[in-house]
Amino acid sequence: MTEPVRTLVVHCPDWPLTALGVAPSDPVVVFTAGRVVAASVAARAVGVVEGQSRRPAQAMCPEAIVLERDEVLEARRFEPVAAALSDITPWVEVQRPGTCAFGVRGPFRLFGSEESLVGSTTATAMEALDDTLGTGAHPGCRIGVADGPFAAGLASRFAAGNALVVPTGGTPAFLAPLPVEALERPDLADVLVRLGLTTLGSLAGLPVTDVAGRFGSEGLVAQRLAAGLDGRQLHVVNQPPDLAVGMDMDPPVDRIEQVAFAARSLAELFQDALAQRGLACTCVAVEAETGHGERLVRRWRDEGPIGAVALVDQVRWQLEGWLHDSPAVRPSSGLVRLDLIPEEVVKAGSRQVGFWGGTTAADERAGRALSKVAVMLGPGSVRVPEWRGGRDTAERFALVPFPKEPVDGLVGGSTGLLSPSTDGPPWPGMLPSPAPAAVHSEPIAVEVVDADGRPVLVDGRGVVSSEPAWVFQGSEAGFGVASWVGPWPTDERWWDPLRHRRRASMQVVSDDGMARLLVQEGGCWKVVATYD
Amino acid sequence: MADPEPFDDLPPEERPTPESTTLSPIRPVPTLAEVTRLVRPTTLAAEQVLPVLPALVDLVPDGLRRGSSLGISGPGARSLTMALMARATSVGSWATVVGDPDLGMVAAAEAGVALERLAVVAPPEPTAWGDVVAALVGSIDLVVVAPHHRVGAATVRRLMARARERGSVLIRIGDGPWPERFDLTLAVVDTSWEGHGDGNGRLQLRRVEVLATGRRASFRESRVVMMLPSPDGSPAPLKQSDSG
Repeated sequence: MTEPVRTLVVHCPDWPLTALGVAPSDPVVVFTAGRVVAASVAARAVGVVEGQSRRPAQAMCPEAIVLERDEVLEARRFEPVAAALSDITPWVEVQRPGTCAFGVRGPFRLFGSEESLVGSTTATAMEALDDTLGTGAHPGCRIGVADGPFAAGLASRFAAGNALVVPTGGTPAFLAPLPVEALERPDLADVLVRLGLTTLGSLAGLPVTDVAGRFGSEGLVAQRLAAGLDGRQLHVVNQPPDLAVGMDMDPPVDRIEQVAFAARSLAELFQDALAQRGLACTCVAVEAETGHGERLVRRWRDEGPIGAVALVDQVRWQLEGWLHDSPAVRPSSGLVRLDLIPEEVVKAGSRQVGFWGGTTAADERAGRALSKVAVMLGPGSVRVPEWRGGRDTAERFALVPFPKEPVDGLVGGSTGLLSPSTDGPPWPGMLPSPAPAAVHSEPIAVEVVDADGRPVLVDGRGVVSSEPAWVFQGSEAGFGVASWVGPWPTDERWWDPLRHRRRASMQVVSDDGMARLLVQEGGCWKVVATYD
Repeated sequence: MADPEPFDDLPPEERPTPESTTLSPIRPVPTLAEVTRLVRPTTLAAEQVLPVLPALVDLVPDGLRRGSSLGISGPGARSLTMALMARATSVGSWATVVGDPDLGMVAAAEAGVALERLAVVAPPEPTAWGDVVAALVGSIDLVVVAPHHRVGAATVRRLMARARERGSVLIRIGDGPWPERFDLTLAVVDTSWEGHGDGNGRLQLRRVEVLATGRRASFRESRVVMMLPSPDGSPAPLKQSDSG
């Protein structure tokens, strides 16, 4: 499990209102599909809340100006802010118009301290907001810094003044008193409140197995978020590059409708390429290049997989902002190339924060039964295999305790199960297939002797001193060696004095037909595996 | 106080309309055969089977019948169990091994077991064994047990009743006593490794002979010779030319 990444979130409060040019003092309510999505400070003061339907909102605040939401405008107005923040770090991710995030680690080195980073970010964002919307026509921005994007987002939301910096390691304490509604999972929050678990701290304090048994995968994810263990990476760059799709446009296009038209076919190609590999994309970089070599890259992230339609919207928002910007920033020529690059992919059919990447009813049922057994027998009694790699049959898979920490499901990540024969790197010196069916968790010490009763040893050149004839286990009766193969010496990590291992392995078939894998290390023989 | 409406608690679409409450005299009377067809469950749990690899079709021609019990014994019992689990786990069934922490995961992967649907449970105390296995039977399709103690007959009957009801397969590895008869017993009776000599070569394949005996009268005892494992680790049928 990855450590929570220290994250900075820039949040512009009431962005749907700000983007429409509403001053905070005007009573304005923004609707979409008959529900309040944003209400100005004046409207909230008389009791209008988000999610309310149109009639009660208008009854509470009859003088309110009612506006429809304009997401294109929101994205276009936010684009200059995101562009300005790219001067601080190139890894700015737009979570949605009005909110963007980036990892603290990189720019931290440049600015030296989090205070100066927060100061510069605020100044940059405010300047961009002033330029776009006019000084005083916006409520500014809030900045939150915490361990993990989830906590940082909440910190920005709850920042009393301009910024809230949660000290390193203080994230669980910051999250503990917040209400469970902050998880933005209304159904789950509803149940939790009825069970008396009103704060994130009370959810975080429950035993993991109980949460898994009662709420399944969603509960585990929520609990990890509540405990401040948000292992989500902000960006992952080691993705297979062949999943990126791009298209050249000749003649260059400069109208947004044309770009959107081109983006639609490109988005379908992109989705097809991912779907063929059973993947879905949760973070995509949209890269556009003009005839004069100007480039604009923007990253978009969604909690779940990004669909083709959403992808077209994002391309449209991003480029609309760019193409309609002030003449100084606007590209001087039409677009000649558009690329869609998946920055983070997950297994399809699972959300980014999945549970073994599985969502079938059988998986959930099995998960519950195994959680129940884990409760009965104590932690660590139920284990599931995890691919690790290695030359040793005992090393290649580790058995890790269940319930496993929910994994990001990142393909190629340390937690993804990969088939050993196809995806693993080569391990020279590894014993070839077939592998032994029983790998002894505690190797059995044995003595190997030749026909005359002398101990058999393997010398530094990997040659046996004499032919093995008998194997004895302590004082007990042993077995006769019918045939044997080897020895194969391995000299592992010779550069590391602490982990250096020098061994010789040998396959021995006993006279009853059972084959065993024997390893000599430091002059002692052990049965490490049986070909049962 | 007014009488409450009788169907107030139902959503409007489920409230009976006044017409439907009166008997319609011209409704056709169904035949007995139709009634039987209507009331029969679509599939009985016992009729369903878990699939097995093509290499094992000779051994278990119909696949692993849900709700049945299997006993696997002899040298190579673990390999045979992995081979039986391979196909079912790769099509979505879960498998759990209780009491055999030494099961080789690399060998399981080579045999074709989908490791993402495999869990290993540490050997429980004899007193808790029945409850632990009962918690798994019913939720996990393939429950493999290797008990280190003598299991009581009542426990096994309870487990098998649950397995029949919920459609799980209980597989027991090992040669020790078992209070009930298995629906199917697979015993590896003869093994020989090939590919090695004194000091050279390597273990490449194992030729095994498996004896299958069933409890049902319709089951014919059969002997199957196969490669378990074949050089790539998976079970494979032995070609006629190889068996000589």
